[in-house]
Amino acid sequence: MTTTKPVLLKLLEDPASRRFLAVLTALALIVPCLNLLVPEGSVFHVSTYTLTLLGKYLCYALLALSVDLIWGYCGILSLGHGAFFALGGYAMGMYLMRQIGERGVYGDPILPDFMVFLNWQELPWFWLGFDQFWFAMVMVILAPGILAFVFGWLAFRSRVTGVYLSIITQALTFALMLAFFRNEMGFGGNNGLTDFKDLLGFDLQSDATRNSLFFISALALGLAYLLCQWLTRSKFGRVLVAVRDAESRTRFMGYRVEYYKLFVFVVSAVLAGIAGALYVPQVGIINPGEFSPINSIEIIVWVAIGGRGTLYGAVIGAFIVNYAKTYFTAAFPDLWLFLLGGLFVVSTLYLPKGIIGLSRRLVPALSGTGKQAVKEAGQ
Amino acid sequence: MSLSISHKEKSILYMSGVSKSFDGFKAINNLSLLIEPGELRAIIGPNGAGKTTMMDLITGKLRPDVGDIFFNQDVDLTQYSEAEIANMGIGRKFQKPTVVETLTVFENMELALAGKRRVRDALFFKSTSAGLQRIDEVFTTIGLGDKRNLLAGALAHGEKQRLEIGMLLAQDPDLLLVDEPAAGMTDDETEKLSVLLKSVAGEHSVVVVEHDMEFIRALDTRVTVLHEGSVLAEGTLEQVQNNERVIEVYLGR
Amino acid sequence: MPLLAADPESAAGTDGLRASLEAMAKASFSEKSALIAGIAGSGDDRARVILEALLDGNLQYRKEDLRPVYLDENEEGDFLVDALTGENLGAISSKRKVKKITINNQLRGELKLAIAGFKLSQADAGARAEAARSIINGPEPELLPLVADAIDVETEPDVRELLGYARASIIVANRIGDADQLIAALSLLGEATDRNVISLVSRFLLKDEEGNYLEKDPRLVEVAEASLNELKAKQSFYQILQNVFFGVSLGSVLLLTAVGLAITFGVMGVINMAHGEMIMIGAYTTYTVQLLMPNLIGASILVAVPMAFLASGAMGILIERLVIRHLYGRPLETLLATFGISLILQQLVRSIYSPLNRSVITPDWMSGSLAINGMFSLTYNRLYIVIFSLLVLLALMLLLKKTHFGLQMRAVTLNRSMASSMGIRTGWIDALTFGLGSGIAGVAGVALSQLTNVGPNLGQAYIIDSFMVVVFGGVGNLFGTLFAAMSLGIANKFAEPFAGAVLAKILILVFIILFIQKYPRGLFAIKGRFVED
Repeated sequence: MTTTKPVLLKLLEDPASRRFLAVLTALALIVPCLNLLVPEGSVFHVSTYTLTLLGKYLCYALLALSVDLIWGYCGILSLGHGAFFALGGYAMGMYLMRQIGERGVYGDPILPDFMVFLNWQELPWFWLGFDQFWFAMVMVILAPGILAFVFGWLAFRSRVTGVYLSIITQALTFALMLAFFRNEMGFGGNNGLTDFKDLLGFDLQSDATRNSLFFISALALGLAYLLCQWLTRSKFGRVLVAVRDAESRTRFMGYRVEYYKLFVFVVSAVLAGIAGALYVPQVGIINPGEFSPINSIEIIVWVAIGGRGTLYGAVIGAFIVNYAKTYFTAAFPDLWLFLLGGLFVVSTLYLPKGIIGLSRRLVPALSGTGKQAVKEAGQ
Repeated sequence: MSLSISHKEKSILYMSGVSKSFDGFKAINNLSLLIEPGELRAIIGPNGAGKTTMMDLITGKLRPDVGDIFFNQDVDLTQYSEAEIANMGIGRKFQKPTVVETLTVFENMELALAGKRRVRDALFFKSTSAGLQRIDEVFTTIGLGDKRNLLAGALAHGEKQRLEIGMLLAQDPDLLLVDEPAAGMTDDETEKLSVLLKSVAGEHSVVVVEHDMEFIRALDTRVTVLHEGSVLAEGTLEQVQNNERVIEVYLGR
Repeated sequence: MPLLAADPESAAGTDGLRASLEAMAKASFSEKSALIAGIAGSGDDRARVILEALLDGNLQYRKEDLRPVYLDENEEGDFLVDALTGENLGAISSKRKVKKITINNQLRGELKLAIAGFKLSQADAGARAEAARSIINGPEPELLPLVADAIDVETEPDVRELLGYARASIIVANRIGDADQLIAALSLLGEATDRNVISLVSRFLLKDEEGNYLEKDPRLVEVAEASLNELKAKQSFYQILQNVFFGVSLGSVLLLTAVGLAITFGVMGVINMAHGEMIMIGAYTTYTVQLLMPNLIGASILVAVPMAFLASGAMGILIERLVIRHLYGRPLETLLATFGISLILQQLVRSIYSPLNRSVITPDWMSGSLAINGMFSLTYNRLYIVIFSLLVLLALMLLLKKTHFGLQMRAVTLNRSMASSMGIRTGWIDALTFGLGSGIAGVAGVALSQLTNVGPNLGQAYIIDSFMVVVFGGVGNLFGTLFAAMSLGIANKFAEPFAGAVLAKILILVFIILFIQKYPRGLFAIKGRFVED
């Protein structure tokens, strides 16, 4: 057990993780190539639309990962994780907004359009500093992190657990949504932040920028995966599982459960915030709708469908459900909510461990018959 | 029954005048109890006598309405949380065996193993040979060594009881509170358990709450009878069984 | 449109009125003036309605026979209704077959006077008081002699008092009479309770740009100031009462929406995220009932209450049997599954009724308001909802405490296996309990349909609030739910003037989030180790 191997190598010992990271790396490298190098007429060409869509899914996958970390491993069902995602997104959006400068409709060098529209004379204090990229990136981490810390510190210390916690996380994001809808809050009200032009001087509409954002999203997902893998594989992860399955017992073993929960909750919120920050430049808008409770609860369904308690399950769930959403909302818009609702019911009733659990149940049988088939073919 | 201060001097656990009520119902009523270092004490009493509530009060899950609870003479337990109390050296086994079913037997032991409990200790934890050796020792005491890589959830009821006691030992507390350890065990296992608890006492102090009279007899130690939240009688099993008031309560004359 | 029942006994009066009205069709303005005086003098109460219609320009006559009619324009065509009997005279092919009876400004004044005279001489004292209040709100100088006469004959002291204020209002508004008269009127108005009086009095306190009073007579300024202070004090008092009433009515809505949840969540421990959709089903049931009985809108709400209870209750039982019963003891899974159900129900309603909002008609007996005085009035729909919500709570408490079903239900929640071994069919009790909670949500939907538009998202707006109320009040405690609903409702309404509606809501949410963290089991928690996990 005592080993001097580097942490990274130890994390790669797990074959499922190796496979997952291989697929992700392939995706991160091949998709931009197919977009940039293959001519548009070819069947192998990936359109910029598809590229952006996949980039969006990568951000969702990172978000799903963050939820799985707390729900799957520690039993904290947050129905407000969309709030952290949105906060990260707003921090990025504010930077992008300040980059517009004089190119806005009103041409004000400092004030974003909506502030000019509201007749504001100067930038509110909380917009200061967002013209600096590094500052915005720090806020991408701090804004969701601090909110999660304060909220978690209050909630976990007073032992708000289970359903109560879920409901107050939902109330949290609901309250934030109402707040961000207000023009007076200074975040663009209803319309949110949009009309972004460029990021660090790179045109957001250009294919090169989009490919880079795609690649960075994949990289972020990979790194976050390794981080979560490290957290859950360490003794820390086993304490989390103990908290999830026998909270009282863990406490009587001398673990300060609230600190463990708080730590993992903050890590998870920061990951969600990073996902939001990567999402915003790719979709080009952030508005208060991201705070709506239904968004947060949709994340839960990604994780539930994929299989909670396995990190790659959450990622797979995010991809599958979001692909289904893209497809159905375009082809059969009326069916989508039926399907989504049905997914909730079916996954809780029949797929408690999601697709991963299902495949684990099915695959031994499949591989068994597979071997049988090989044997027969050999004879 | 009140205890004089001089008795507190050599106590590991000292409860005096403790009361706790729920919506008017007095679960614990002016309870006083003293456990000496190294002592093995059995506590019996009918259902609703307040045994589990007493455990909850000692381990910080509940706070008394009035009364003092001191550990090692001068640590006021009513001021600390469960985790802090556990880290001071009070281990507790629940009435219903509670182990982390989704972790292996070994991982359960490792979690319980005495050591630092901070988040960063858990993040950068490396198992040490001393720790592994200690776990092996406990496995020799409770058995289950051959099942160390099984999920704890796959164990039989009695095995879970043993694992939980093993975890308690690995935690290496000064005071062990053991709630109905014999429930659901075979006669053979019960006997082994009584031997185990007796061997643990001396180095540690042990408080056992139990219904099973045979088990109490096998423990062969001082017995406290709880009734309606306070101490009804105390002494050897023989003495309490012949105590008028105990007979009255149990036989309902 | 007022519909007067044909009454054979007043046929003679009807004939007289009819003759005057038919004559009016072709009359000159001066002839009309005489005719109006005649109609007003008849004392027939229907005459007032007709004069009002004439004033509003609704009274027409049929060209072929000069018959006085109202034109009823609806989706199915234009119908004529006899102005005197309310008899339906059938559809007409063209609006040219009827003509409006025209009036001029002088006639308009005469009509107002005649109508006011009618109103002030009504038999019902409440109606006379109402008439006096309307004069305070529209103190036209011509009304002065009428009011003075009315004061002389008025026997009811309350109405007399109001008439006095009416007279003073006319004097102050139009500066009638000398300074002494004005001073008396101004000081009298200080005792009035009517919003309009405040603006009348404050006219005497207007200042010019240099800050000097426009009113030259300092005595008038002094009296006006004293009266205004008096009025302002009264106004802020009634403002508080008004806020309390709004708060209580909001609280009643919260109570109605939360009390069903107090059963399913508080008693059964089931997290039903589709609770809001149970409310929505109740609201759509109301809409459907009104579609089915378009001629009985007044009764439709009363029919809708049991229908909504049954519809939502049945849906609740269905959900419990199909999904929830497989998930007992797994609250988080229940939460997710019922959320899925809520999405399905929303989409179902969207597919059946269209995604657009539907408006439910408020029956006449629920519209309007009960004026306590000129500064404070209670709208009937809110008043009824307050009463209704308390009745629902009372009925529920009786059901739980006094009936066999209530006993079985409590037995099952306290000790399932014991109840089962005593022969209680726990499965059915679960289903019925869940149905009960859902049914009450449906009933809440009927009430909500009177306050807001009915749409697929109706329920979502209330689900978080409902959970907050139940959790704040303490799970499993109906009195706690009542207290929580009312206090949150009132707090919300009192915060609104300072913080605005949205911020008030946010503040309340933040308060509850903090509160739950301090008292995770709510205000009136059931203490004891039995509730420990």
